[in-house]
Amino acid sequence: MRIKSGLSRQLSQRTAFGVLLVATVAVVLVTLFIIIRIAISGAGALSWTFLTQSPTDAGRAGGIFPAIVGTFYLMLGTLILALPIGVLAGIYLSEYAPKNWLTRVINLAIINLAGVPSIVFGLFGLGVFVLMLKFGMSLLAASLTLACQALAMTITTSREALLAVPREYREGSLAIGATKWQTIRHVILPQARPGIITGAVLAMSRAAGESAPILIVGAAFLIPGLPQSPFDRFMALPYHLYTVATQVPGMPGDTKWAVALVLLAVVLSFNVLATIVRLRARRRRV
Amino acid sequence: MTADSTLYRNSMPESTTTKLRTEGVSLYYGAFQALRNITLDIPERAITAIIGPSGCGKSTFLRIFNRMNDLIPGARVEGNVQLEGVDIYDRCIDVVELRKRVGMVFQKPNPFPMSVFENVAFGPRRHGRNNRGELAEIVEKSLRQAALWDEVKDKLDKSAFDLSGGQQQRLCIARVLAVEPQVILMDEPCSALDPVATLKIEDLMRQLAESYTIIIVTHNMQQAARASDISAFLLMEPDRAGVLVECGPTSQLFTSPKDKRTEDYITGRFG
Repeated sequence: MRIKSGLSRQLSQRTAFGVLLVATVAVVLVTLFIIIRIAISGAGALSWTFLTQSPTDAGRAGGIFPAIVGTFYLMLGTLILALPIGVLAGIYLSEYAPKNWLTRVINLAIINLAGVPSIVFGLFGLGVFVLMLKFGMSLLAASLTLACQALAMTITTSREALLAVPREYREGSLAIGATKWQTIRHVILPQARPGIITGAVLAMSRAAGESAPILIVGAAFLIPGLPQSPFDRFMALPYHLYTVATQVPGMPGDTKWAVALVLLAVVLSFNVLATIVRLRARRRRV
Repeated sequence: MTADSTLYRNSMPESTTTKLRTEGVSLYYGAFQALRNITLDIPERAITAIIGPSGCGKSTFLRIFNRMNDLIPGARVEGNVQLEGVDIYDRCIDVVELRKRVGMVFQKPNPFPMSVFENVAFGPRRHGRNNRGELAEIVEKSLRQAALWDEVKDKLDKSAFDLSGGQQQRLCIARVLAVEPQVILMDEPCSALDPVATLKIEDLMRQLAESYTIIIVTHNMQQAARASDISAFLLMEPDRAGVLVECGPTSQLFTSPKDKRTEDYITGRFG
């Protein structure tokens, strides 16, 4: 009887293992399939000209350089605006905010902010940044709009990363007469840094991929040059992808795949960068 | 209980002065009373052991002396706690300054994720000392005092996590010493260590007691018997509040306890 129950346990053990393995393999396969499909179809249109020239003939010829630069500007703008506020708010919420109903409501509100559809952020940006503050349809308005959206993630990940720092470190620091701020600055923040960076990069990647909100606050279909100031309109890869895929008749078939490939490369390279930064931080730590 | 706490003063040398004193101290977590009416004198330059079964409030009591309980929302202290006659719960007390004088070593070694050097230099740096040469001096002195210098002098730049558990705990002691405290609180400092490392820490405590006032919480009665001068026995009352049952010179408390409950505990009848 013992042996029998042992066998059935082994069976369920193996089943669980199998299911988990299949799920993991499925995820990897889907990702690989997407990347390979885009790479194969897009590689043909990829060229130095494509990456470094402005589009001509409504995007049918030339390159996508302004869209690449526009996307970088957007990511940079989002990072500059959302990261400091996100980290500071995260510090306040995890370290200073009293543990009461108001704090709980605020935390809940921030989490819900992440669930607001991006087009709603776009509309908000149009109302507030473009019209009310008179920034116009511009890089600045778009960065601010995306930053609002990214805040939900940077605040939440900063807060979580700070809360995850073990109590022992806080107590060890306070117990030798470090002030609360010194403890945060020299013990807690360095520990939380990798988590904060991860959150910031994920938020940036997401900003790079957004098309709906920027569509109504400043992204342009075709601009021959690069934006000269934050108040200029700009091109961006996701919106360009949308237009070349659906709006222009007679578009060469592989152009849209090439745009997708570049967008993917931009986002992935940032994720790789974040991983490297994170690993380095961890190595320094241990 | 007041009678008990006066008892050891008679049996200790006349020169012994009281470093820390609690008078009728109670501690509440919200409505729950964790400590009731504890009156105890802690003599200077001696090791006072706080013993008692799990959950009787030993650690909570220890954390009264550096106001570590302040960090727990809803914790409230009643009564009087004095460091050299000064009420440390007074409104004017700078808690940061208090914790510089009353350092603490924790149950689990908790070195910071930095180099050995930076761990020890952490306190002095926070208190405004940034001269590299001066810091190096403080670090060496503190590590020597913690009987760790010879083992780590060649790996000061290595991560503190590369040290063994016992070394990490001595590093934490060095980290406290670097701030030049007067009192060192130790919250079961050996409970995560093996017997050899434990004895090393106990030896170290004996040496440190020549210049520092040490209070150690331990559930290991052999340790209290081996390493302390004074022992205080805490026990949980039926409502789970900790009370001081008896306090006196360790040799006396362990050989001829006055209270039946102390006797039961040290002879292993409960707890």
